[in-house]
Amino acid sequence: MTARRAQDVVEQVLAASTADAQITYVVEGSEANLRWAGNSLTTNGAMRSRRVAVISFVDGGAGMAVGSVARSGFPDVAELVAASEHAARTAGPAEDAVPLIGPDGGAPAATGDWDADAAETSIDVFADFAPALGQAFGEARDRGRLLFGFAEHRMETVYLGSSTGLRLRHDQPTGRVELNGKSADFGTSVWAGTGTRDFRDVSVPDLAAEVDRRYGWSQRTVELPAGRYETVLPPSAVSDLMIYLYWTMEARDADEGRNVFARTGGGTRTGERLAALPLTLRSDPAEPGLECAPFQVVGGSSSAASVFDNGMATPAVNWLEDGVLANLVRPRAWALKTTAPATAAVDNLVLEHPGATASLDDMLAATDRGLLLTTLWYIREVDPQTLLLTGLTRDGVYLVEGGEVTGAVNNFRFNESPVDLLGRVVEAGRTERTLPREWNDWFTRAAMPPLRVPDFNMSSVSPAS
Amino acid sequence: MPAPTRSVDESFLALPLSALAEAALTRAVDLGCEHADLRVERIRTQTVRLRDARPESLSDAEDLGLAVRVVHEGTWGFAAGVVLTAAEAVRLAEEAVAVARVSAALSTDRVELAPEPVHPDARYVSDYDVDPFDVPDADKTALLADMSERVLAADGVEHVQASCMQVKEQKFYADTAGSRIVQQRVRVHPDLEALTVDRATGAFDSMRTLLPPAGRGWEYLTGTGWDWDAELAEIPELLREKTKAPSVDPGRYDLVVDPTNLWLTIHESVGHATELDRALGYEAAYAGTSFATPDQLGTLRYGSPVMQVTGDRTAPHGLSTVGWDDEGVQAQEWDVVRDGVLVGYQLDRNMARLRGLPRSNGCAFADSSAHVPVQRMANVSLRADPDGPSTEEVIAGVDRGIYVVGDKSWSIDMQRYNFQFTGQRFYRIEGGRLAGQVRDVAYQATTTDFWGSLRRVGGPGTYRLGGAFNCGKAQPGQTAPVSHGCPVAVFEQVSVLNTVQEGGR
Repeated sequence: MTARRAQDVVEQVLAASTADAQITYVVEGSEANLRWAGNSLTTNGAMRSRRVAVISFVDGGAGMAVGSVARSGFPDVAELVAASEHAARTAGPAEDAVPLIGPDGGAPAATGDWDADAAETSIDVFADFAPALGQAFGEARDRGRLLFGFAEHRMETVYLGSSTGLRLRHDQPTGRVELNGKSADFGTSVWAGTGTRDFRDVSVPDLAAEVDRRYGWSQRTVELPAGRYETVLPPSAVSDLMIYLYWTMEARDADEGRNVFARTGGGTRTGERLAALPLTLRSDPAEPGLECAPFQVVGGSSSAASVFDNGMATPAVNWLEDGVLANLVRPRAWALKTTAPATAAVDNLVLEHPGATASLDDMLAATDRGLLLTTLWYIREVDPQTLLLTGLTRDGVYLVEGGEVTGAVNNFRFNESPVDLLGRVVEAGRTERTLPREWNDWFTRAAMPPLRVPDFNMSSVSPAS
Repeated sequence: MPAPTRSVDESFLALPLSALAEAALTRAVDLGCEHADLRVERIRTQTVRLRDARPESLSDAEDLGLAVRVVHEGTWGFAAGVVLTAAEAVRLAEEAVAVARVSAALSTDRVELAPEPVHPDARYVSDYDVDPFDVPDADKTALLADMSERVLAADGVEHVQASCMQVKEQKFYADTAGSRIVQQRVRVHPDLEALTVDRATGAFDSMRTLLPPAGRGWEYLTGTGWDWDAELAEIPELLREKTKAPSVDPGRYDLVVDPTNLWLTIHESVGHATELDRALGYEAAYAGTSFATPDQLGTLRYGSPVMQVTGDRTAPHGLSTVGWDDEGVQAQEWDVVRDGVLVGYQLDRNMARLRGLPRSNGCAFADSSAHVPVQRMANVSLRADPDGPSTEEVIAGVDRGIYVVGDKSWSIDMQRYNFQFTGQRFYRIEGGRLAGQVRDVAYQATTTDFWGSLRRVGGPGTYRLGGAFNCGKAQPGQTAPVSHGCPVAVFEQVSVLNTVQEGGR
């Protein structure tokens, strides 16, 4: 009989183990969402989920081998453990084998209350939001405009246990709202969005006011050709570029000469200046408003993470310090092999220019002639050697002249490398929480400054609006 | 085509499918729903990854759950869970109605569904020989290790990544009209990439296999449907030639696009652009809209008269091929572009009703029980010319151009106008002959200009099915598998960029 409480499932699975070691985690999830288009709801949902993952470690003589199996719902414990151990016994030795983390070394000092029930959300999280949104629909309708968007709240509680005695628990709330305004002919499109932990800090009137401000900017339209432009990237656009850079920060790939952080002649570019300004790029599980898990949960090994590092603390880390590359993501096994520090990825990202006070509006006021972007879209890697990315501007490119927005410009396709871009940034404003547009399905916890780049490469015009 | 020899797994049929359906649908009717459907889905996924012929990870996951979707007083409601009991099915029906009530204040469009014949006892099993989940893990790892070692042994190859993703998808669909449908589909995606690194210069480059993911079983890795041995044997030399190739001179070229590259361009510039939910604005804040709006149906000049595009959910081994969709609509085939003119869209039942059409063409899909079905892509394919030329004959007809092989980087704007694609390898064409590889190529165009420049399509001998497991759409995000068939094709005077110059170097 399978236990109902997640903690009890973890204990049952650990007790059933005949392997040399075992990691088990249960993720209890609940989520609610609303989606709308053309001032009317389109889809919605309230979902619950549970995932039970078992990772067995078996030393068949040639080295430790791994079997990783996950099932949803309430699987039979004996079958699940047997499947995981069978996978481990028939697998070859793992290249990333190191002793598992235990309570005495490498795990975080304190996490959530192991015995408490899982946190939950429901459709009721929108009790205030939904009526306010309905009101915004009415106001948009009265002005002959259309609103589109999505609101989602998710709650995940993970319980991670190990045969080495770890019992770690973390509750992760994740919320996001996107509000997209369009003219009736779809010719004008504007956007506002925000991340949230609980929707209590989400104001529909504030989002609608930002959308309205951008409608105002769009009354005059200007056609501009492709080319290099002085460009102010707002925090959302910066976040989507920096997140891609962060996802590429894998020490092993750099050591092997196969990513943009590889040094010519061997080794990594750690210690090399990447940004002209003294920028800090960092992650911190305790960052206020962006809190995330202080330990690793890994279902399958890659160059970014190892199943052997499950439960390893993920303390605050600087990726760039004073504009210099300071750290790369490095599982413990690769750290041992290369005598470098083990560093885990953290599920948030902050870019800062120490001492910066300028707001986005201050930076626009100081712009003689340039472009202001809103968001970036369909970002894909073109050349891993330089980390050249392509993508589109979306939902508002504005011409700034004499310190003021003077009109809306057509969209562009860009070709730019975030690494190269860091070297060309001439001004960074003050950092604020922002919602990445491109990557918010996977990454919502970001705080970024607006950046000024003197020569952003707009490769061609996009007729899309 | 011979009838599939396989049947739906007994372990799925042994789930209390009928009891769940009766419990959920009865409760939904009692609560006044005009329509309700229940889905039970079990999706098994396994991914084997090797790095330099050594195991990196082998993860095996199964997702089993149920969902109730209702139309209550003209509004959608949806709820999903993971406990397969009648009591939970009743609770989900109640929760779906509660969600519909919260949503009613925000809804102005009344939901109605286009009719569909009732399919009371329907079964479908996709066309495959060997269930990949019947193959021992050790055999899978050994096969990929052998493939990796063969490529790794060649001069100049420093690293090899190999992986194979396998999926078995089982669905039960029941609705208040009386349809009861059980389906089982299998798909596999093997992949191998060789990498070379020049430590002295810091340069690195890669070459990946062209083999597409397909609705096939493990037999796909052992000789059925693809010649692995031949492809692996040529990878190292193709990579060596690429690293030594000259960088392309940017400008306009005639492009001969191989089906291994063209499938993705079709996917992005035709497949997504002819999704009616996008054209109506349902995806406007996320995946985007479409330049191909419904007011232009029957008149929009999409491409040259050579362009014939169909949508289907029936192509053998197609990744979007099913028996019935996730609203109980039978799989069909229809025209999307005829003689270069837009003539059709991909639909679900609500949109078919909105357009006043008698029936949906069956494009509703949910990627798991946890997600609501939305309109997803059919196999959207470019037809070959029945009397068309071979690839060699096509190349012979081009004086100065580039032959594009394999897909790599892709990006297109939110209205499906401006796109940019790269590839695995590119060959210069001079005087009707291939004249060696060139590198750093990207091609950029506006959709209607590109398809308007389509001069010639190849014959049936050049036709191939390409595809992907991971087409993304909707919020919350859902992924869908889809295939695209096409012949080799020639496009005149397309803009080619040099990606090194684009990077400002």
